[in-house]
This record gives sequence, C-alpha cells and structure tokens, in this order.
Amino acid sequence: MTDAEAKFITYVERMPAFPKSVHKVIQLAANVDSSAKDMVAVIESDPVMTIKILKVINSAFYSLPQKITSIQRALVHIGMNTIKNLALSVAAIGVLNPHNKAEFDTGLFLEHSLAVAVLSKKLAERMGVPLMYSSDYFVAGLLHDFGKIVFAEFMPHEFKLALQQSKEHQIDLHLAELEIMGINHAQAGRMLALKWELAENLANAIDLHHSVAQGDLLVNCVFAANQIAKKCHIGSAGNPIIDALPAELISLFGMSLDELIISLGDMSLIKAEVQQFMQA
Amino acid sequence: MKFKFWGVRGSIPTPGAQTNKYGGNTTCIEIRTANDDLIIFDAGTGIHQLMQTLLPQMPIDAHILITHTHWDHIHGLPFCMPIYIPGNKLTIYGGQDLKTGEGIERALKVQMQHSFFPIAESELKAEVSYKTVKVGEKFFIADATITPVLLNHPVINFGYRIDCDGKSLFFTGDYEQQVNIYTPEDREYLEFEQMIEAYVDSLVSIIRDVDVLIIDSSFTDQEYQHKKNWGHGTYTAAIKLAEKVGAKKLFFTHHEPTRSDAALDAIYEELLKNNQELVCELFVAQEGLEVKL
Ligand SMILES: [Zn+2]
Ligand SMILES: [Zn+2]
Repeated sequence: MTDAEAKFITYVERMPAFPKSVHKVIQLAANVDSSAKDMVAVIESDPVMTIKILKVINSAFYSLPQKITSIQRALVHIGMNTIKNLALSVAAIGVLNPHNKAEFDTGLFLEHSLAVAVLSKKLAERMGVPLMYSSDYFVAGLLHDFGKIVFAEFMPHEFKLALQQSKEHQIDLHLAELEIMGINHAQAGRMLALKWELAENLANAIDLHHSVAQGDLLVNCVFAANQIAKKCHIGSAGNPIIDALPAELISLFGMSLDELIISLGDMSLIKAEVQQFMQA
Repeated sequence: MKFKFWGVRGSIPTPGAQTNKYGGNTTCIEIRTANDDLIIFDAGTGIHQLMQTLLPQMPIDAHILITHTHWDHIHGLPFCMPIYIPGNKLTIYGGQDLKTGEGIERALKVQMQHSFFPIAESELKAEVSYKTVKVGEKFFIADATITPVLLNHPVINFGYRIDCDGKSLFFTGDYEQQVNIYTPEDREYLEFEQMIEAYVDSLVSIIRDVDVLIIDSSFTDQEYQHKKNWGHGTYTAAIKLAEKVGAKKLFFTHHEPTRSDAALDAIYEELLKNNQELVCELFVAQEGLEVKL
C-alpha cells in the first residue's frame, strides 16, 4: 500500500455520513413503530452509510460464499436489528459538513451518485439481469465516486486544485487528481473495496468507471449510467468531461449514448426517482 | 453420536409446577460423539446441571458452541463449576461482535464484571480458550465436523451443523426466517422475495438430509402475527424447513416462557394430528431427554 492509500483509509474511518440520513436514522431508530423498509431506504440513499455497513459485514464475514452486495441482502442474512445498530454507529460519527474547504457541492454530488445508481439499475434491468441482482447495480452506481467526498472532506486543498484544473483545462477530473494527489478517486475506491472485502465486481465497477477496457456488465452499466447522468445534468460530481460510449458498449446496448438516453424515455421520471431517494 | 437436552426454554428460566415436565432451564444441549468427546450447544441455565454431573469425571475437556450472546444462551457460563478448577479444559466458540470486533470472550467478560459477579474472568482456574467462528468455515472438534451457518436474529446468530460417526444434527439457535419488509405494491417486493428464497435455498443446501433438526419454535402461527421481527420461529416454519431439508427427526425447542406443560402438550397433539403424512418425526424438546443416533 502506498502512503497516499494508507492515508486515504484512515480518512475514511472518520468519514461522516450525509446530514439528512444521519438525522433520519436517529429518528427512525428512536421510534419503535418505524418500518424496516424506511430504514433501508435511508441507508441505501447514502453512499457513506452504505459502504460502511457493507464494510463491517463483509470484513467480518469475508468467507461467505457470496459477498453481501446490498443493504437488502445484508438484511436477509443478519436481520434489521443489527443493520440498524450499525447505521447508528455511523450516525454517531457526526454529519458531513456541506461547506467543505474544497467548495465541492456535496448535495449535487449525492444527486449525481443516486442518478448513476438509479440509471445503472435501469440499464441492468434492460439487459435482462435477474431482479434479485439488480440492487447490486444500484449500489455500484451509488458508490462509484465515493472517493471524491473523502477527498473533499480530508484533502480539500488538493482536491479543490484538481477540480479547478479539470474545469479550466477541460481534462478528466481523475487525471487531475492523479497528477496532484498521486491517487485518483477510482483507485482510492478500489483499494478500499478490496481492503474491506467488498465484492470483486463492485471494486471493479468503482475502479473502471472511467475506462471500459475489460469490464463486465456491472462495470459497463455504471460507465454508461455515469455518462447519461452527466449529459442529462442530474446532479454533478465535478467532472465536466462526458465520454462517448466505446464501440464495445455501443454493440452491447445496441445504440449510441444519445440513442440510449432517448430510449430510456421520459428523463423527468428518472429525475423524480432520484429526488425520492434524496428525500428518503 | 447421542445428545441430551439440559435446557429447552426461551428467554428466561421458568421453574415451577407449570413447567415441570418440559423444564424451565434456558438453552443447553449436550452432544457426545461415539468416542465420548463432549460438545455443548449454548450455555443457558441448563449448563449448570450438566456441569454438576460432570464433576466426578474431572478433568473434563468441553467444547461449548455459543449460537449467540443473548442472556438465555450464555447465562449459565459463570456457573460452570469446572471453569474454577485447575486441570479442566473448556473451549468456547462463537461469532465476533460486528461493531467492536470482540470475540466470544465477551460473553464471559461482560457477565463477570465487578458489579455483576464476584469473580473476574481473569481469575478462572481452568484452561479456558476462545475461538471465533467464521461464516462458511467448517471446523473440527475431535471426529466431529462443525459447519456454522449465519441465521437471522436480532443479533449475530450461528446455527451449527455437526457431522460425526456417520450421523448429523443441526441446531438453529434462535432463528426467524426473514419476512419481506416490502408490501406487494412496492417495486422492491419481488426482488426482496427472491433474495429470501435464495437465502433459504442456500441454508437448505447446507443442512440437507440431516438426521436431526433442533429448531427455535417459539410461537404458534396465531401468536406470530404479533411477534414478527422478534427473531423467533414458529412450529409451522420449523416443519416446513424440516420437510425441505429432508430431516428424519425434528425437535421443537426454545419454548415460550409463559407456555405451560399442558399448553405444550396440546400444541404437540395438534401438530401430530395435522401432520400425519409427514415423513419427518416430530418431537418436543424436553429437559433430560436423551436421544441416540
Ligand atoms: Zn433465546
Ligand atoms: Zn436470542
């Protein structure tokens, strides 16, 4: 592990979740009549809550024949009570400051993450992925840019510079990050996912969401969903560059990016679904 | 292999005239391999009596498998006399706490804190060691192979399958099959339903064809309507699982604390009447009942 990677891991341990989900989790936990599905909805709409809960479970149960890849799946294995308890311990860390020194808009970031989550699940369904695996696509979309909020919170000056350079020179944000910090958000996310025993394909989806060199369907869906979210301006995670679909993906989905967007139908419905998660 | 029930009650000990027949001690099951190696499931209050009977055979070498750390499954641990006597060997197995990462040693350390108990864990005289159980990782105790299975309960709970001497037995500890948290109108309903099915399938594949199933059957179907998400199963769910698995014998255990002997007898009679076609034999776990396989 490089110095930059080691530092990154200690940052993530101290990483607080988004204010809305922290408050909601505390509120729901205090109410005996609250439903499990409400609690799940809150957790799964927050990338920090989600990744930390998946971390605890997969690190402890690393020898499970199948990795726990979503909050629902975790629930089936260990029950709501334990999930609630884990969510509370994440909530106890505090709340993410919306005004970080990197001037990175965490609200827009969350919206982008949820848009990619919703879109990659939609793409998975259209590709015939069995229903019970579609939540994995949601999680991969939700977590693909996780590294960025960690940068914004703990390496704000460097990250601010990367954001500026990316914008001024119209270069990919991950390239600017690499040059300034020696690690980009995709590499950082991958390293974390592997260290925490998260699923290999999830680690890949995070790592390869800027390159579709040898992706599996999960990687490909997250890649395409990311471009769609950027092109349709649903939220923003600071990267101005929109990539075209490479030839492999055009043949996979049977169309270009623009055609894919049109074929998804009314984008306002997807935006509404994202808003639902934002409000969860 | 043979086994004997020393505690069959759920949640809290219930001594008294109403529970004399089935017994009021909380969960403890003794297993003896053909070689007389000693394996114990859970350390509810039933373990006290078991350990008393072992005193003449000291030094003992006991392997205690804890399903989970709720009081009714660990409460007897500080009252196992052999842990205070040099020469005895006790190995305690259990899962780690997800939040703190602590191993099963916490089951004794917490109970033996100064305010709650006169002797500290560090003052034990026997050779007591702790082993962390990992999901899906089989382990061995003498000739027995143990397969731990993660089962839904409000705290991390392992069911254990034992294979030994050509026979097999599975004990759930406390277990409620996860209910669907969504309603059919929700878009997640089907997806979640499939996850539950896949989970049950994988459970069934691990415990297929066991000779004996011992299952948390705390509630009747009617009671269960008001006890969902409490973490306990029903007689009906136990029978269903036994059928799927192809078990030969099913023992209902973790009797609800307010359940009298008479009530339990009535439930048993009803179950026998309604399940006459069942290949699997049904039994009610009873303190003192010993079964040879
Ligand atoms: Zn119990
Ligand atoms: Zn329990």
